[in-house]
Amino acid sequence: MTAEYAKPLPLRTEENAPYINGLKEKQVRLQRCGGCGRFRYPPSQFCPSCLSDEAEWQGVSGRGTVYSFIIVHQLYHPGFREDIPYSVAVVELDEGPRLTANIVGCANDDLRIGMPVQADFFQAAPDAVILKFRPA
Amino acid sequence: MDINGKYCIVGVGHTAYGRLPGRTAVNLTVEAIRNAIDDSGIDKSEIDAVLTKYPTSNFQSLFSTRVSQALGVYPKVTATLDQAGASNIGLIAYAIFCIEAGLCSAAVVSYGDNPLTGTRAVYGGRPAGATYGGDEAVSGMTGAPCGYALIAQRYRFEYGLKEEQLGTIATTFRRHASLNPNAQYRDPMSMEDYLNARWVAEPFRLFDCCPVTDGAAAVVVTSAERARALKKAPVYVMGFGQGHPSWDLPQRPVWTTTGAAISGPAALRMAGIGVSDVDFAELYDCFTIVPIVTLEDYGFCKKGEGPEYIGGGRIDLAGELPLNTSGGLLSETGMPGMQLIVEAVRQLRGEAGPRQVRDPEIGIVSNQGGIMTTHATLVLRR
Repeated sequence: MTAEYAKPLPLRTEENAPYINGLKEKQVRLQRCGGCGRFRYPPSQFCPSCLSDEAEWQGVSGRGTVYSFIIVHQLYHPGFREDIPYSVAVVELDEGPRLTANIVGCANDDLRIGMPVQADFFQAAPDAVILKFRPA
Repeated sequence: MDINGKYCIVGVGHTAYGRLPGRTAVNLTVEAIRNAIDDSGIDKSEIDAVLTKYPTSNFQSLFSTRVSQALGVYPKVTATLDQAGASNIGLIAYAIFCIEAGLCSAAVVSYGDNPLTGTRAVYGGRPAGATYGGDEAVSGMTGAPCGYALIAQRYRFEYGLKEEQLGTIATTFRRHASLNPNAQYRDPMSMEDYLNARWVAEPFRLFDCCPVTDGAAAVVVTSAERARALKKAPVYVMGFGQGHPSWDLPQRPVWTTTGAAISGPAALRMAGIGVSDVDFAELYDCFTIVPIVTLEDYGFCKKGEGPEYIGGGRIDLAGELPLNTSGGLLSETGMPGMQLIVEAVRQLRGEAGPRQVRDPEIGIVSNQGGIMTTHATLVLRR
């Protein structure tokens, strides 16, 4: 944790607040539809599968596999200057939804699509936890 | 409603492409439309529809009405469409629907923007101090190159993809651009140059990505009947289609088949032809992976065969399917798509000079936008 964390922090909205709060408690929490039972992400009022507006927030396993990834060399935000080249992955959770996050604990050259990963929680600021993944 | 052969593109025009400081989206657009009207030989007083794609870097409401005012046109029909890079073809379809319905008789369809010298925030890069964002910003992934690189990586996993195959796209289109006096990038690029360029976001290097550029382009659309009395040979619209995956990339079920798989067959069906009837293609190439996937989705080859299909000189000017004959987004200009329609018209008129394809009758154009989020197809004949 550092007061000088210079990268963007998660933007909290009315719809994603339970997700953001879940991260602070070191849990991946997703909406599960009361109509069709599917987990979904990003958070939304209505289920994009069955359009039900009944949903409850549930903790999920935090386990998944790498669906795709890139190694970023271009400086897109000054806060990432020291990290270049760094990986960004789309991770498919065992429950279905896919999340975009950095992978930690894995050299860029060792990253593979299909690799099992596990959620990792990074305390970026006193009031902000960022979801990352590490090899399971 | 039978469209095939009833409507034509009768004029094309554009501005210089590149760094055009001091210009606005509106005045660039007006210059391109003026040039398209001049090219058609139609009188400005006949233009009764003004249709625009929104300026990508500077979304503004009522954009087409501002362009109408600047043109001195009081249109019967005007609209600005947001299908991102697919909008130009979507607007040509809209123009045809409105002419068919008797609402107007001659439409200008245009795109203009100045992201290079104006604001380019939409293309990536954020100022320091932008301290809150969505998952992508939080993880340091901003802008289109990262999204398309994720798709290319997934494609490589599912079907196999060599870096030289992406390089074939970049170097071939550059060779075509070298014969195009309007192209922004005309210097030769060898495979070695391609492979030695810096990484942007692996698996993409610099020349996998189109440039950000200022400029505008426009076309004039009217009925075939009206077109026959104009000065240049009409180029007929045979068919068009659309298909829009729409969802944000992470949740999109399949990444390596796009809206092209719906849009292309729809356009070919309307045209009453198959891919073997197509003499050349101008396919949206914001990134090198895109035309490869589009060729597959249109049916020029099977899924997974695109990287092999583009090899062996097939997509050269003298090849079986000349591809992006003016240099495309990658080398002519990074403008989102209208330049591809302009080039298809020039090829079909035989106006392409040293890059002219031999005696083409039918060309296919793709437009797409977002991160393969939208897609549209246009089939033209002379």
